[in-house]
Amino acid sequence: MIGVSIITFGLSHIVPGDPAVVAMGDHATNEQIDAFREKHGLNKPVPEQYWIYITNLLRGDLGISLRTRRPVAADLRDFFPATFELSLTALLLSILIGIPAGVVSATARNRLPDHVVRILSLIGGSVPIFWLGLILIGFFYGRLGWLPGGARIDNFIPAPPTVTGLFTVDSLLAGDYRAFSSSVQHLLLPALALGYFSTAIIARMMRSSMLEVLSQQYVLAARAKGLRQGNVVWRHAARNALIPTVTTIGITFGSLLSGAVLTETIFSWPGLGRYATFSATSLDFPAVMGVTLLAALVYTLTNLIVDLGYQWLDPRIRHG
Amino acid sequence: MAETLAAPAPSYRPLWRRSPVTIAGLALIVLLALIALSAPLLAPSDPLKQVLSTRLDPPSSEHWLGTDQLGRDILSRMIYGARISLLIGIVVVGLAASVGTFVGLIAGYAGGWLDEGLMRLTDVFFAFPALILAMAISGALGPSLTNAMIAIAVVSWPVYARLVRAQVLSLREREFVEAARGLGASAERLMWQHILPNTLAPLLVQASFDMGGAILSAAGLSFIGFGTQPPTAEWGVMISEGRNYIATHPWLSLFPGLAILFTVAAFNLIGDGLRDALDPRLRGTG
Repeated sequence: MIGVSIITFGLSHIVPGDPAVVAMGDHATNEQIDAFREKHGLNKPVPEQYWIYITNLLRGDLGISLRTRRPVAADLRDFFPATFELSLTALLLSILIGIPAGVVSATARNRLPDHVVRILSLIGGSVPIFWLGLILIGFFYGRLGWLPGGARIDNFIPAPPTVTGLFTVDSLLAGDYRAFSSSVQHLLLPALALGYFSTAIIARMMRSSMLEVLSQQYVLAARAKGLRQGNVVWRHAARNALIPTVTTIGITFGSLLSGAVLTETIFSWPGLGRYATFSATSLDFPAVMGVTLLAALVYTLTNLIVDLGYQWLDPRIRHG
Repeated sequence: MAETLAAPAPSYRPLWRRSPVTIAGLALIVLLALIALSAPLLAPSDPLKQVLSTRLDPPSSEHWLGTDQLGRDILSRMIYGARISLLIGIVVVGLAASVGTFVGLIAGYAGGWLDEGLMRLTDVFFAFPALILAMAISGALGPSLTNAMIAIAVVSWPVYARLVRAQVLSLREREFVEAARGLGASAERLMWQHILPNTLAPLLVQASFDMGGAILSAAGLSFIGFGTQPPTAEWGVMISEGRNYIATHPWLSLFPGLAILFTVAAFNLIGDGLRDALDPRLRGTG
């Protein structure tokens, strides 16, 4: 995390433009710009600025956003739940579709279902997310009018009272089923666009590790015992094939955050990705640093969860 | 011994019989390269020429892929866009692979604190969401094609460093390296002439996948305004410009998106084929 903070901090100091001038606008006087530099410590030597930043960071103070003029920590608290809800839905969709697709593909190797899964996986690994999002909006919103094309909830429905910040969960907690239905509908297209890449990666990984597991002798033994095909595939083979797939799931969760930048831009989704884009455009580096630090933290926590996932899936690691 | 028995029999069938999709990918990239090289000959018109009387024309015999909101011919813009996309792939992968290979060689060969320090540095880069870091770099340096390529290369080099380091760690203990060392070869000579050539195969596989990845990332950066700037004919810019017309005039974004999809898929197919060819145990499992 210290390394991440040094790199983002270093970046904020190679900016050719002056963040104080950008923040104060073209009409600000020199005195106003100097006062802004003084207030935000931008006139101090770089190592001192970093020291101030890191000591503040340890107190949970990420500085003030030059664009929104609010504490960055408060901005992140407001925008993170939207991104988390979107990424989590995308990941759940990827797991629910990718794992069975990989298993079916491996068990039907070189037959039609396998070819279909492999072609869809190839497309998923190659398609630009933002283009897919646009096509989904054009078709399901523009042409058919079946699903909304942006935002988290319909304009005419009040947002549920904030408990977790996740609209689907909060609307259920409040017993507001109209808000729940609206927020699920708004989630579908962005989650599909964002999740297609990880679905493809998970399906490929699951297929390849299933093929390896299916050729092992204990699977042959299970078959020789007379167990039914479904039982052999799902109980004996799939569970072991899941172990390498869990690593892939962990890695793809990190990539979902990158993908969220593009998806949120397309779907006007008020999350961290859109916040990061606006912040980078206006050279608001305290905000960009806040987003990257949070993303790095999520990445580290995801790795930890993946390690715990191994232990649950593989007793040899638990008891090793 | 068991390993020898388990290893699949080497295949003597030609590559086009073993992996026709890899050949299809390769053919697509060769075709794209030819199109890019002969863009001035192939493009029906100037990619920047605006003809407002023919704006938003659907695909027709006159404009095969239609025209955009400024009456520019989409086919011509896509042909010129191929030049930029291939350039991005080559420059980004060239930069990232050179830096990553250098770092990986040094880390793997030197070992100790230098190896530890360089590997922690790669950890830091892996912890970043690549696009957000690329966006921050591009934002800091100013949005342009060159800066977007630098930004993507900066987030892409660590994977090469890890790959080369792992290879070096295993290669430096091998007999042929020991023999060269015994004959008095210097550290530089061992690294550049004996170890490096043996790390190239996995690098080539990674580079094939990364060519596609770089094209995707650059198009994404252009789409949100951090990469190539309009009116340049670049596929990501074209998708972005067609954004407001997606429901009424979908061809503005549809065709450049398909071009990206096919190009990236072709590189991925080549990567799959190379990986299978270099590691026969993986054949057909990817």
